[in-house]
Amino acid sequence: MKSVTKSIPLIVTLLACAFLLIPIIQSVLAGLTVNYFRGLSSGLTLKWVGQVWELYSGSIFLSIWLALACLVVTLILGVPAAYALARNPGRASRILEEFISLPLAIPGLALALALLQLYGTLQGFRTSWSFILVGHVLYTLPFMVRSVLSVLAAIDLKSLEEGAASLGAGPARRFFDIVVPNALPGILAGALTVVTLSIGEFNLTWMLHTPYLKTLPVGLADSYASMRLEVASAYTLVFFVMIVPLLIAMQWASARAQRIVQ
Amino acid sequence: MTLTLTNIAKTFPGGTKALLPTDLEISKGEIVSLLGPSGCGKSTLLRIIAGLETPDAGAKIVFDGEDVTHQSVETRKIGMVFQSYALFPNMSVRGNIGYGLKMQRLPRAEIDSRVNEVIALCRLDAYADRSITALSGGQRQRVALARAMAPRPRVLLLDEPLSALDAALRGQLRDELALLLRQFGITAIFVTHDQDEAMAIADRVAVMSQGEVAQIGTPEVLYRNPATGFVARFVGDAMPLEGRIEADRLHLRGGVLALPKPADGSEVLVRAEDIRIDPEGPVSARVETVTFLGTHYRIALGGLAEGPLFALHTGLSAPKPGEDVRLSIASEALLILPRGLAA
Repeated sequence: MKSVTKSIPLIVTLLACAFLLIPIIQSVLAGLTVNYFRGLSSGLTLKWVGQVWELYSGSIFLSIWLALACLVVTLILGVPAAYALARNPGRASRILEEFISLPLAIPGLALALALLQLYGTLQGFRTSWSFILVGHVLYTLPFMVRSVLSVLAAIDLKSLEEGAASLGAGPARRFFDIVVPNALPGILAGALTVVTLSIGEFNLTWMLHTPYLKTLPVGLADSYASMRLEVASAYTLVFFVMIVPLLIAMQWASARAQRIVQ
Repeated sequence: MTLTLTNIAKTFPGGTKALLPTDLEISKGEIVSLLGPSGCGKSTLLRIIAGLETPDAGAKIVFDGEDVTHQSVETRKIGMVFQSYALFPNMSVRGNIGYGLKMQRLPRAEIDSRVNEVIALCRLDAYADRSITALSGGQRQRVALARAMAPRPRVLLLDEPLSALDAALRGQLRDELALLLRQFGITAIFVTHDQDEAMAIADRVAVMSQGEVAQIGTPEVLYRNPATGFVARFVGDAMPLEGRIEADRLHLRGGVLALPKPADGSEVLVRAEDIRIDPEGPVSARVETVTFLGTHYRIALGGLAEGPLFALHTGLSAPKPGEDVRLSIASEALLILPRGLAA
């Protein structure tokens, strides 16, 4: 009896894992087989991966470029914003924090439409990668701000800064000597989240992209729509290889930041 | 450094008066303690001297003839030890102590030699390269002091520096701190709510109450000649003898005490150590409880006056609870103070 009650959760867990993992494995295998409809017996090949590289390497580099640009912007905007919110706790700060988080509650499509309506007529901007960047920054900024803010809120920032000031450090020195180093775990967790989200972002990007500016997920949708299944599956494989290490690093960094918060 | 404070007051937004206009003069090398219960304005006064709070208009803060009232904290050249120590967790002990010297842009070699000097003085040699999180409370307290002293500040400000420590350690570090401050020979202001701490460390103590300095003087003066009932109660735990005063006679429930001078309209207080069990004594009381504390007995007395009274009794034995005893109090031990300032 006891063994049954014990084994039921295990079976459920294994089934859930299988439910999630089998399509992934199948997709990966599809990207590596010569002919998916004839199955594995047709043999394994890297031809499709090579073809993805030929067709979509531009998308891969654009995505990496966008993610890094997005990271730089969210660092420059997000870290000082989190610092300002942490130093001035109060009603106004709470409201501002909610405002920064607002893009999370609005569907990416709606956000993209708003951007298009407002800036779509600016020709140079509309067709530039920086147009997509604006969308990505809007979407990822709250993650950076919240991550840094939670670490800053957990340390006695006011006393630390007063200590530094009493030793002769001006505001800029205090920010770079005291605030940034002590917020580092939060900054790192935020940075990995921003990069991961930017690389994987589809909703907004799909609305904002042009035929010359396809990011990784947009290219993926494109390949499923217009290429043979093996190429699209190989594309998924490439996507995995890029995003999984980032996800693991993000988990690790968040856990580290969380330890400080507690 | 000589420190002159004139007309220092602080009104918080919303109108709360944290500090009423206060004047204070501190001479070179003197250690002054600001003593009072929480909310008396002592920390506010310290933070104004540091430059961490802005006083109300009309205040003047002078360091050695230089008006620093409008200088920011980072340019005042003060050293500060915080209640929480505020040590930088991202730096080692050495990094913390050297930070103020780095801000002064001293050459590397000089920073190193001065940091080593302070580390040796504060006996931190064994911990110099440790991280702050690896230190005990007492060690952190010494690092905080070393960090504040390394840049050779004009004045050292300490905000309840011992209150984060447990009781056993506090007594030991109190004496150590008193010694270190005298070795440094620095002008220092020390905020505390603990009278023993204030008396052990300071040359002069300013007793504060409700945003005002009630009295300032050496520990002996405060203890023997308190200016107000509040000071007498706060320093040395004086207890009021409630009764009826007729010229130089105090009529209590348990008898009549002779006062050294006519005291109509005044308040009479006494300290536990001045109440003696004496078969020939002029007043009587009932023993309520007896607590043996090693060096002495603490005896709660009833029936002598209104309110609780305690006597400190030394000797090999003590009366039993329920016994009636006769007591004497030397008339010079009675503190006769104006009524109405008992805040």
